[in-house]
Amino acid sequence: MTAAANNSSRPGDGDSVGIVETKFATLFSEASPLKFLNGATLAPICVAYETYGTLNERRDNAVYVCHALTGDAHAAGKHAAEDEKPGWWDGLIGPNKALDTNKYFVICSNVLGGCQGTTGPGSLNNETNTRYCLDFPFLTVSDIVSVHSELVRYLGIEKLLAVVGGSLGGMQVLDWTVRFPDQVRAAVVLASAPKLAAQGIAFNAVGRRAIYADAGFLNGKYYESEGPRYGLALARMVAHITYLSEDSIELKFGRRLQDSDRFAFEMQKETEFQIESYLHYQGKRFVQRFDANSYLYLTRAMDYFDLSEGHATLADAVRNVQARFFVASYDTDWLFPTSQSKELVSALLQVGKHVSYVELACPFGHDSFLIDLGPLTDLISPFLEQTLISAKA
Amino acid sequence: MSKSRYQLPDLSVQLVDDLIIRHIDKGSSVIDLGCGDGRLMQRLSGEMNCNVVGIDVELGNVAAVMRRGLPVVAADLNKGLADIPSDTFDFAVLSQTLQQVQHPKLLLKEMLRVAKRGLVVVPNFGHWRVRYEVLRRGRTPITHALPYEWHESPNLHFMSMRDFRELMQSIGLRIVKERPIINGRSVDQAWAANLRADSAFYLLERTSSTTSEPA
Repeated sequence: MTAAANNSSRPGDGDSVGIVETKFATLFSEASPLKFLNGATLAPICVAYETYGTLNERRDNAVYVCHALTGDAHAAGKHAAEDEKPGWWDGLIGPNKALDTNKYFVICSNVLGGCQGTTGPGSLNNETNTRYCLDFPFLTVSDIVSVHSELVRYLGIEKLLAVVGGSLGGMQVLDWTVRFPDQVRAAVVLASAPKLAAQGIAFNAVGRRAIYADAGFLNGKYYESEGPRYGLALARMVAHITYLSEDSIELKFGRRLQDSDRFAFEMQKETEFQIESYLHYQGKRFVQRFDANSYLYLTRAMDYFDLSEGHATLADAVRNVQARFFVASYDTDWLFPTSQSKELVSALLQVGKHVSYVELACPFGHDSFLIDLGPLTDLISPFLEQTLISAKA
Repeated sequence: MSKSRYQLPDLSVQLVDDLIIRHIDKGSSVIDLGCGDGRLMQRLSGEMNCNVVGIDVELGNVAAVMRRGLPVVAADLNKGLADIPSDTFDFAVLSQTLQQVQHPKLLLKEMLRVAKRGLVVVPNFGHWRVRYEVLRRGRTPITHALPYEWHESPNLHFMSMRDFRELMQSIGLRIVKERPIINGRSVDQAWAANLRADSAFYLLERTSSTTSEPA
């Protein structure tokens, strides 16, 4: 297995991993298919992934990045020099960054059920030669992690240095440390929680309803037509509000109007205020890159996630983890509030696990873990360095 | 700050750390409250094979502890230890911090809720030079380590050894061991310790009458 991405990093690229490409792996087989938590089986599964940096000879420097709800495998660098934006966590991944590609081999893959290269409801079912649509197996965070874990084996890595993720990505990290304790030395859990709180489920429910209620939804069999564009955009608009904070909306938009300094007194003008215009724009952009069925599946996976399920307490659930933890929450995040991270930290402390925790101050709400990378870098860098040292000891 | 004013001597870091380490069992679990950059934690982990966790409010200190490869939880001791489960640790350490927290009584109780035993090092404001300073000049004493005027001092509370003993009795904590620190040396016992000690070390334990309601 080669790490092609590293070679393209040239002096002058600054702190970028340079030009990268998405690769594809075919995992599982008829003989040994992926077994979903709900009993379904599926094979083969195609996984889109990217890697940055070089896997060392001891194969002990691999760091797996788990993306959040609507992320993808393209976490760092650019696919082409003229790309407007780099990968979604480019500020954290690269030479001399928190996930330092001079030291670590960083892997990021699109999740099972996603729509950016990995098998999901929009993929073709080879048996029927039609798309899965809602016949795709009902998936959970555990099923997502089972596929990640298989990719790690496919890449010839026995034990990861670390698994890193925010939000739904953090849930994957947690599931991973509990279900495959031997595979993870360190876990970085950002703006996440051991379960989705009722408030989060509530917002997901509104998003799904918006999709179902769209006449274009056609019970999920919309791939030959326009699809539930308005429903999906509305789902995104609602969700996007939950990723911001009162302060950040106020700061960024306030009550400012979009086109004029006067009210239009036009009932159907939906972009009068800047915040309105912004949300509509976010909805529209989202529809161009995301599949409504994937949105349904992945928000459900998030709703179902509860690390303590099947255990008397959360502490019991984490009793067998071997990884050391770094947990961070944000003071303005009301979707994954600090109290939920603290619950996790308490449980880990209770069973004597190695855990570091901070609540960071940042105005950007839940999205802070994607934006405010300075303080994270100061803490993640030593955390990973020390884990690597202890791995060699 | 006037040079002629008496200053409580800066306790040698080495002395205090040695004293604490001497009272901690090898391989035990320890929580260091106000751990700073994790200096003591590293010794407990390295020399004593302890399972150790630090608590500190400063982000810079959190990063410093993590650079040592040790676990640390950012928290404000003024808000108690609500996120630390009960009976999690063998020892809780509170070194030269008690006089700086808003609610010392609450924190002492919290310490002995999360740990079986508590190790506390506090300055003794009952030292004769302090008393003399107040009497002769009518001035508040300043410590050498924390050379602040009264209005900017992080030291919120000024207690003597006698005060401390009385507080322990009132909240039902037992002083298993008390070691006055005099002229930079910790001693087993001392004549007129409350007059002569710069600081004091205490090993604390719960008793059956330890109150559990908030202070």
